[in-house]
Amino acid sequence: MEMETEKNAVVIYTRYERFWHWSQAALIFILAFSGFVIHGTFNVVDFETAVTVHTYSALLLLLLWLFTTFWNFTTGNWKQFLPRIQGLPAVIRYYAWDMLFGKPHPHTKSMKRKQNALQGLAYLTFMVIIGPALWISGIIYLTYDLWNVMEGSQSLFQAVTFFHTAAAFMMMAFAFIHIYMTTTGKTPFHYIKTMITGVESIELTQAEKAYFSEQHPKILRDHD
Amino acid sequence: MIKCTLFWKNYQVNSTLTNSLIKVKLEMIKKQLAENGGQTQYLSFLYLIGYALGILMTVNVSAETDPKIEIGISEYTQTGGASDLKATIAAFNKNKASTTDHSKLKELEGPFSSGPEVTKACLSCHNKAGSQFIKSIHWTWKYKHPITGQELGKATLINNFCTNAKGNEGMCAQCHAGYGWKDDTFDFTNEENIDCLVCHESTGTYYRVPNSKGSKACSIMFEGKTPIQWAKVAQSVQMPGRNNCGTCHFYGGGGDNVKHGDLSSALFNPSKEIDVHMDSKGLNFACITCHVDNGEGHQWAGSRYQMHAKDEVGQGKPGIPRQRATCESCHSSLPHPKTTLKGIKLNGHADRVACETCHIPKIAKGGVATKIDWDWRTMGKLKNGEGFKLKEYTQGDGHHRATYKSIKGDFVYNENFNPHYAWFDGVMNYTTIDTKFDPAKAPIDINSFTGDFNDPKSRIWPFKRMHTTQPYDKGNNTLVYMHLWGEDDNSLWGNYDFGNAIKVGMEKNGIPYSGEYGFIETYSYWPINHMVSPKEDALACSECHARGETGRLNELRGFYMPGRDYFKWLDIIGYLTILGVFLIIFLHIVMRILCYKRISKSCHIGGEK
Ligand code: HEM
Repeated sequence: MEMETEKNAVVIYTRYERFWHWSQAALIFILAFSGFVIHGTFNVVDFETAVTVHTYSALLLLLLWLFTTFWNFTTGNWKQFLPRIQGLPAVIRYYAWDMLFGKPHPHTKSMKRKQNALQGLAYLTFMVIIGPALWISGIIYLTYDLWNVMEGSQSLFQAVTFFHTAAAFMMMAFAFIHIYMTTTGKTPFHYIKTMITGVESIELTQAEKAYFSEQHPKILRDHD
Repeated sequence: MIKCTLFWKNYQVNSTLTNSLIKVKLEMIKKQLAENGGQTQYLSFLYLIGYALGILMTVNVSAETDPKIEIGISEYTQTGGASDLKATIAAFNKNKASTTDHSKLKELEGPFSSGPEVTKACLSCHNKAGSQFIKSIHWTWKYKHPITGQELGKATLINNFCTNAKGNEGMCAQCHAGYGWKDDTFDFTNEENIDCLVCHESTGTYYRVPNSKGSKACSIMFEGKTPIQWAKVAQSVQMPGRNNCGTCHFYGGGGDNVKHGDLSSALFNPSKEIDVHMDSKGLNFACITCHVDNGEGHQWAGSRYQMHAKDEVGQGKPGIPRQRATCESCHSSLPHPKTTLKGIKLNGHADRVACETCHIPKIAKGGVATKIDWDWRTMGKLKNGEGFKLKEYTQGDGHHRATYKSIKGDFVYNENFNPHYAWFDGVMNYTTIDTKFDPAKAPIDINSFTGDFNDPKSRIWPFKRMHTTQPYDKGNNTLVYMHLWGEDDNSLWGNYDFGNAIKVGMEKNGIPYSGEYGFIETYSYWPINHMVSPKEDALACSECHARGETGRLNELRGFYMPGRDYFKWLDIIGYLTILGVFLIIFLHIVMRILCYKRISKSCHIGGEK
């Protein structure tokens, strides 16, 4: 059933989401930077500083992820990240080809689906593969001194450092692509602005609009 | 105090200006007089004679074209140094609560005319000291290793400095805490032969001379000494201060800091930077503050033959007596703050990294160099038929050190340098006189040790590594005993003939000798424990956690160390991935720009605006 929709300026990212997003972004960059100093890729700061910074930011990130996981489940936001095959080819085709010729984006943002299929898949990868690979290996890495006496600890340690470093490379690849993708909106800074203000013009069904103006009037904004 | 009567000329020979020499000499005399309180005229007279002789010698030396060359083979070094005495004695007096003032004892009034007479007086009250002491390694020079079963100890071992004390006791046993050991006839059961004074006297005027005269060329070493005032030194006894221990232990290997690298005259009066524990303005520890009695009496904790590479036993609760000389026995095995991230991380290292590794970043601090290389092959060069020394190394404190000695060969020095690091479980294994080795595997380890990453009892330790080229028995593939010292014509020091010195050295000690000697390269390893730096100077993490050559632990392999190690293929793939991402982004941007232009152009042509 086709529903009648209308473009509306809506706060699609709540304050917590934006806080989560930006603090996570900052922490990941700090972690990547200090992590690759520890790794020996570059040594702009010394090892001791890098370990200190990396350890504290890792603890903060763990805390943030813990809260966010809790938040995602209590708010039902987790459904946003459910994988969908439907629409995926169209989005891939869009980025690879169509957008170069000014064609419109095949995905229309809605409150139910803020992300397109490709985006959803990417974030899911982030959340169930790269992220956990980093924090699981990271926590084992962090507690090295507690288990290094046990038999075979060296093999475990090598595995841990291997996965942690591999995941860190993946995280970087993700981050750079992600940042680049944010420049593909209406204007190069459109999406970034959205993530800062939280406001985006999306299609609302009449029912949604009525519900919001009744229950959450604050999230409806005037057209910009 | 002056060990083995160093003749005047040795003291200041390098000064080319006779004038400055005289000044120094006068200073010295004044100082000594002040130190000793009113000296008798007789003594001053002796000084003057010595002084005159000193000038004569200097003139002699000045005649040489090269001021760095010193004629003669005298091996005397001023050890102890009366000027440093106040500090070193104070180090012990601080915790001195003795119930006896020895200067008031009738038994010590004398007169004494020899060391054993004093010892007899000591033992008349300290009736167990003798039986305790003759069991100690300072007396026996013997050590049976409890793990390897090897018979060790200076009495029989060969090192890669002067090689063997065995058979050369006439010279070498001047650092034996007993009187008169010059050959096998020495009576190790006679307690009156114990030298109590060398460890206990505190005037700084006591000294030892070699127990036998040696060859004619060496006789000069015995001249010009002030006689020991036995009663005075006997009355001065107290617990050993740094000057007592240092007299021998700072001069091992034949000179200041020659052997260990972390034990030198710089420790008589060190600053905090040189040694945080012995800092004469700070903690001012004596040696025995750490090297406590092991419970047997007159036996000290801290053995180089069997070390506690990781001490889990020696840590008592506060107030419990300690019987180990390990860092842990005071600082525990978790010495860093347990409430800071850094402290926790450092404590996490302590199970695999010895305290010394981070806290003694440099060997031979304080301006006193140590020998790192010795080449025996070049010994025996003479000038006008006489042995000589060439002093071409000037160390941090300004003293010149011999880089060549006719009696020993060529030396290389170093100071303030990074240690050699290795896994170490505390067990030393020696190449003794009867150990056969494969010369093709040179350098031969004089002392090798076990230790491994996979052995939880091992830790990473710092060592001074000594490299030497020394004689060996080419036929039997063993090290050799050399006859260095003796009144006969075969002693190397005087005769300069390896062939004879080895033949006699082996024969004298009943060791089979093939008759043919060669030279072999050797290493010896000296664990570094002393000259602990203040914590601000401890190693930074990045000294080890670094890639490639710059990392101090670059040579230790078989374990993953963050910052140093990485997985080669993972890194290559990882960097390529990131590069690929940038490339794709770049191409995408280019296409976007190109297409954007084309679109706008076509739009323009199409007439739409
Ligand atoms: C929650 C997350 C994380 C934890 C608990 C964690 C923990 C750690 C720990 C304990 C170390 C070793 C530091 C040391 O040597 O003491 C480390 C190293 C490292 N970390 Fe993380 N980290 C986390 C996240 C990240 C992230 C997000 C990145 C990069 C994007 C990253 C990249 C690295 C890298 C490259 C290394 C060096 C690995 C090596 O060469 O051995 N880490 N991490």
